[in-house]
Amino acid sequence: MKPSLKSWLIAATMPLAMMAGAAHADNTLRVVMHSDLKIVDPIWTTAYMSRNYGYMVYDTLFAMDEKLNIKPQMVESYTISDDELTYTFKLRGGLRFHDGAEVTSEDVIASLQRWGKKDSMGQKLMEFTAGMTANSANSFTLKLTKPFGLTLMALAKPSSNVPFIMPKRVAETSADEQISDYIGSGPFIFNAAAWKPGDTVVFDKNKAYQPRGGAPSWAAGGKKVMVDRVEWISMPDQQTAVNALIAGEIDYIESPPTDLLVLLEEEKDSISVVNLNPLGLQYMFRLNHLHPPFDNVKVRRAALAAINQEDFLKAAIGNPKYYKPCAAMFMCGTPLATDKGADIVMKTDIPLAKKLLKEGGYDGTKIVLMHSTDVDSLSRLAPVAAQALRKAGFNVDMQSMDWQTLVSRRSKKEIPAEGGWNVFMTAWVAADILNPIMAAGFGAGCDKAWFGWPCDAKMEGLRNEFIAAKPADQPAVAEKIQVRAMEVVTHAHAGQWYRPSAWRKDRLAGVLEGPVPFFWNITKK
Amino acid sequence: MFGFVIRRIISTIPVMGMVALLVFLMLRLTPGDPAAILAGDNGTPQQIEEIREALGLNEPIHKQFVIYIYDIVRGDLGESYFFKKQVTELIAQRVGATVSLAVVTLIITILVSIPLGVIAAYRRGSWVDQIVMGFSVMGFSIPVFVLGYLLIYVFSIELRWFPVQGYKPLSAGLWPHLHRLILPSITLSVIYIALIARMTRASVLDVLGEDYVRTAYAKGLKNSVVLMRHALRNAAVPIVTVIGIGIALLIGGVVVTETVYNIPGLGRLTVDAVLGRDYPTVQALILVFAFVYVVVNLLIDLSYTFLDPRIRY
Repeated sequence: MKPSLKSWLIAATMPLAMMAGAAHADNTLRVVMHSDLKIVDPIWTTAYMSRNYGYMVYDTLFAMDEKLNIKPQMVESYTISDDELTYTFKLRGGLRFHDGAEVTSEDVIASLQRWGKKDSMGQKLMEFTAGMTANSANSFTLKLTKPFGLTLMALAKPSSNVPFIMPKRVAETSADEQISDYIGSGPFIFNAAAWKPGDTVVFDKNKAYQPRGGAPSWAAGGKKVMVDRVEWISMPDQQTAVNALIAGEIDYIESPPTDLLVLLEEEKDSISVVNLNPLGLQYMFRLNHLHPPFDNVKVRRAALAAINQEDFLKAAIGNPKYYKPCAAMFMCGTPLATDKGADIVMKTDIPLAKKLLKEGGYDGTKIVLMHSTDVDSLSRLAPVAAQALRKAGFNVDMQSMDWQTLVSRRSKKEIPAEGGWNVFMTAWVAADILNPIMAAGFGAGCDKAWFGWPCDAKMEGLRNEFIAAKPADQPAVAEKIQVRAMEVVTHAHAGQWYRPSAWRKDRLAGVLEGPVPFFWNITKK
Repeated sequence: MFGFVIRRIISTIPVMGMVALLVFLMLRLTPGDPAAILAGDNGTPQQIEEIREALGLNEPIHKQFVIYIYDIVRGDLGESYFFKKQVTELIAQRVGATVSLAVVTLIITILVSIPLGVIAAYRRGSWVDQIVMGFSVMGFSIPVFVLGYLLIYVFSIELRWFPVQGYKPLSAGLWPHLHRLILPSITLSVIYIALIARMTRASVLDVLGEDYVRTAYAKGLKNSVVLMRHALRNAAVPIVTVIGIGIALLIGGVVVTETVYNIPGLGRLTVDAVLGRDYPTVQALILVFAFVYVVVNLLIDLSYTFLDPRIRY
């Protein structure tokens, strides 16, 4: 076979190509995450990038494994009193911060107190907490005022805000102030000197880290670091990231956009495209309960009858390999999954929607639907919602904006004509919505509820019932909560979907599954 | 001329003041709340309110402006809301990449566009002229990001001559530095070459009809000497003016080019800061860009005295 012009050109310029690839002859994992790391305090913000950073630098008392079991992580052993009011924890030996200091109970208590001021589940736990006392350097007691069935779940909370353990001096920083000391006890050390904001975040292997025994499973198990360094390289342009992976300049992309997956899937010999988070994510259809017409439950139910999950998923994701219609608000494949009460979002029923609109006395009030245009996974949702709502007879004003504007506007309680809103759509990772306390959408405490501000005493009562329930009783209460959520329409779940990651399979091995990208266990050739 | 320079420097003060006021107002009028962005996607209304309070965003707008101007006068451009670093430190980290990109782009532009423009003028109406003018129209028409992706596909993905993305500072070595700047600089220079080649052609054509050019030919001078010493020198003032005006084009192009080639320069910092509503960073960057623009134009004005001795200030 005659060599092609291209092959001659490549051969002739091999030195250039070799120089381009020379930087990769080390044991550094080069990764493009879904966004840039901006805030290096995973308690101060709920941003996922800060949470991901937290998993690199800090450790947790407990962690969730792939079967959603709660496993001790920094804790060696623990006891729960018969009245379920006293939890005593013993830390495992050999836990040290990056500066060499031992991790003590005092550090743990200060860290939990700071987390408890910010995180919604932490706040709930602290409401039930009488006090925390250090029994010794490696043992402490948590005393509750009444049983809180989610204590261990809260301490193993996998997503924002995760109760990461920091040195006491750091954890004593006000929860409203960002920390400026980046010492943790996790498997990686944040290299602050090498951090170039908006460009590269560098983590060095913590050589003193003593992993637990056993295989890694999600955030639980042995976190053995097999590379010397991990670099998170910020690439705002996803096409550039995909090109860089194909050219071998980076090793891993956390979540390439769905429309570019086909380019990566074509490189079968060198690139793996795999969904690492088996529970995936869920779309949320959120209504504002403060203003007409969605202050009327019949009109809210009409909106649910107008939409259906599959339309959203087809438009937003497209490839059925990466989505699944799922009636369970707590995600299919989880202990609290149930279909009850959720038929209404699984199929469009325009006659029912029209009937409910009539019963609700809808007068054609214009509804403002916020459309996020710059986040690939969200940008195609609002047009589908607009079309479905119009078919049912709603007067829809779809307003396009960037995601950051939407995030700002959704916090406004003003009427839509004065900068407020009626509907928006977003997405949650499964790890954030595994139960009705974690999942912000179920809160119905009026002003204290998440954006949309549902107000329903019965729902709040059910959530309190869930908190007090023993683990075996929780599924039954969760089912009642799902039914209630659909009745009063706190929100709607608009489909379960998956966001695959892509990496150089000719270089990397041991990439782990998880609700968060984990970088221990990965070896690089 | 000294008086002129002093007057021009003084005149930059109200210009910079207007820029500061406009940027401040435009940012506050743009939808989006930095506190909501800082709180994260799961942030609660209470968390957002706390952050607003901490950042001083709940203060009346006139009070915020007074604080902002007071800080600028003291030489304090503020601290990034996100990175908790001084904006000057962020700019210092990024300025090297942008300056390198701009310098290499300008060198490529001047080396290519001026000869093209002169040749097109000299061969007016010929196929050379038509090709140069065709290239010029194409250069204006192709968006920077499209050209960037095309070059990446051909030279980085297919031929593997250059890296797809990234930046190495000069301290990493001259070749690694240039190796990563060649494609971005070509991408950025095309529109600039188109503009300046066209301007050069028009200016040179103007002077080619002048009596002193005819006289030069009559003296028996060679074409190259007539073109370079007599025609181009006299055509230089409008060309240099366009190069100066083109700095604005360059700044706009840098934003796109740095994003496509993942170069951590001021352009990308600007985009990130705008999207994140990082007010102090955006305000500082726009002031820096405005200052550069004013200084470049002052230098261009001063250069006229060297290019055309008849010009006096």
